Amino acid sequence: MNIGTKINSVGKTNAVCDLGLTAQGVSLRSVSKKYGSFVAVENLNLDIPAGDYCCLLGPSGCGKTTTLRMIAGHEDVTSGDVLIGDRHVNNLPPAKRDTAMMFQNYALFPHKTVWQNVDFGLKMRKIPQSDRRTRVGEMLELIGLSHLAERKPVQLSGGQQQRVALARALVTRPKVLLLDEPLSALDETLRLRMRGELRKIQKQFGMTFIQVTHGVDEAFALSDQIVVMNHGHIEQVATPAEVFRTPASQFVAKFMGDQNIFTGKVINCIADTNSDLIELDVKGIGSLFCRGYGAVIGNEAACSIRADLVELEPYSAATSIPSTKQNHISVRITAVELTGYVTRVSLMAEKTGQELLYKVRTDDWHNSSLQEGQLIILRWSADDCIFLAH
Amino acid sequence: MKNWKNIQPYLLVAPQTLVFFLFLVIPIAAILMVSFWEFTGYSMSPAFTWDNYAAIFSSPVYLATYINTFKFVAIVWLITLAIAYPIAYFLAFHVTSLRWQIVLFLICTIPFLTSNIIRMISWIPFLGREGVLNQTLMALGVTNQPIEMFLFSDFAVVLAMVHLYSLFMIAPIFNSMMRIDRALVAAAEDAGASGWQIQKEIILPLAVPGIAIGSIFIVTLVMGEFATVRLMSGGQSSSVGYLIRTQIGSLQYPMAAANAVILLLVTLLLVFGILRAVDIRKEL
Repeated sequence: MNIGTKINSVGKTNAVCDLGLTAQGVSLRSVSKKYGSFVAVENLNLDIPAGDYCCLLGPSGCGKTTTLRMIAGHEDVTSGDVLIGDRHVNNLPPAKRDTAMMFQNYALFPHKTVWQNVDFGLKMRKIPQSDRRTRVGEMLELIGLSHLAERKPVQLSGGQQQRVALARALVTRPKVLLLDEPLSALDETLRLRMRGELRKIQKQFGMTFIQVTHGVDEAFALSDQIVVMNHGHIEQVATPAEVFRTPASQFVAKFMGDQNIFTGKVINCIADTNSDLIELDVKGIGSLFCRGYGAVIGNEAACSIRADLVELEPYSAATSIPSTKQNHISVRITAVELTGYVTRVSLMAEKTGQELLYKVRTDDWHNSSLQEGQLIILRWSADDCIFLAH
Repeated sequence: MKNWKNIQPYLLVAPQTLVFFLFLVIPIAAILMVSFWEFTGYSMSPAFTWDNYAAIFSSPVYLATYINTFKFVAIVWLITLAIAYPIAYFLAFHVTSLRWQIVLFLICTIPFLTSNIIRMISWIPFLGREGVLNQTLMALGVTNQPIEMFLFSDFAVVLAMVHLYSLFMIAPIFNSMMRIDRALVAAAEDAGASGWQIQKEIILPLAVPGIAIGSIFIVTLVMGEFATVRLMSGGQSSSVGYLIRTQIGSLQYPMAAANAVILLLVTLLLVFGILRAVDIRKEL
């Protein structure tokens, strides 16, 4: 990483900051956290490369915040090791780990001004007064809030509070910034803007960002690497594109949404050049073909097809026989929802009653002249259909 | 019908207003009036004279009594604060189960389970010449003769008041501390604050409104004290409240009234000072 890079401003200001930052990676080795008999996080192994933007994604209670707090040092690990860079930090207090945390709802000190909030970490570390003044000044200029330095947190808008929280975390020059749902308290418009700003700051500072979120969009938009978690373990670690294109499990596919998932029994598996062609017997539907690895004939498994990769065609009995290239099922259109560029068409499988989704460009939908209540054929390529072993 | 609607709010506040006038405004007005009356040593007559006030401000005995009262206020305030802050902090931050918080808080209210007078009397066999404390100290060889200062002294007065009033300090501080977002403590730790710095920078400043409310309780309660002072000092110490009581006992109503007015003004001044210094509105 560049040490002592002159960093240009974020936003409209023209701050020049000598941050002297080096990023460090974070590694978790067989980390577990138990509260009595409750297992919050179990045997977690994870490597986050230095300078990455990593999102821990999952539903509430999946252990993502616990994981973040264990990295920060606000939670002890029950077993396993936390490494920051090559330092073993299990027994170090938060301030000695070269991490800084941005808290959910920001946890700004309500009795201190913006300046005092940002200054706090420097004051606690007994940094000389003159250094503190320059660093806090630069940081406030960077986030564009110099003019509000004497305000108290309650006098700020949500977005401004978020910036102050960010500045307070950055001012101590951490190697790793830990963010706990940093955008969840903001309204939609502001969330989109701050999302962009977070990514920009991460790029400019080049430090490692680890963010906890339950928002799929947020994780996709920000991450270099997404860690999808469920019930205290990791479901998938991959880039956003990989998670989007090839979810690793039924849980990941469901959590991302807009996926049509079918469960059934593996009845055939043919080795192919890129991936195995797998045949699933889905109850009430029949054979579906999908691509993937690790299929064991006779096992219960699933396949998933993205709602934007399916196609509709008018119903005819002849086309409804599946081939190894194409899957077909008959469905009825139950609802149509225009969301802008995309129209979401809710479908119901005629034989099983399973709810399915079809996403189509709004313009294309208007040209298709299909109606609610109509019986049609849903068709998709076996190559797009992802095999999910569990 | 329309008229009825209009007077309804007035009718609703009428009982409270009546009580307020009958039992607060009128008595205080009467005291204020009597404080300007003439007193000749055996009779009093309506008049408008500053003599009573002049007598108070020119008498070293009276001034000493005032100073003694302030001394009690200051000492009791300091000790109750020193006791209450750690207790409230312990209850709010170290007792994590709500049930234990309630149980321990109720334990703090034990001094109120019996009457003030009985509680004070029960100090006597404990603190007296032949009391439990002296017996124990002598048995342990800490001292070879009974320590006289335990009972009927300023020490005893302060002890009894602290015993009685600590809860009035604990409760509001505890209340303030319960409102402190626990994430602030984590945020301070994250920024590298030590335990002591967290106290100084985060908990104490955010508990100040509670301390202010507790202080108002202590100041107003101790300023008006006379029973504790009378009983625990055995008549050897004095306070303005006790002075007023004595003057009423000897029918010196105008002097008692003048003292009451001064006491009231000083107390209000102190409370006003506390309110000026601390914004307690968010606690109410």
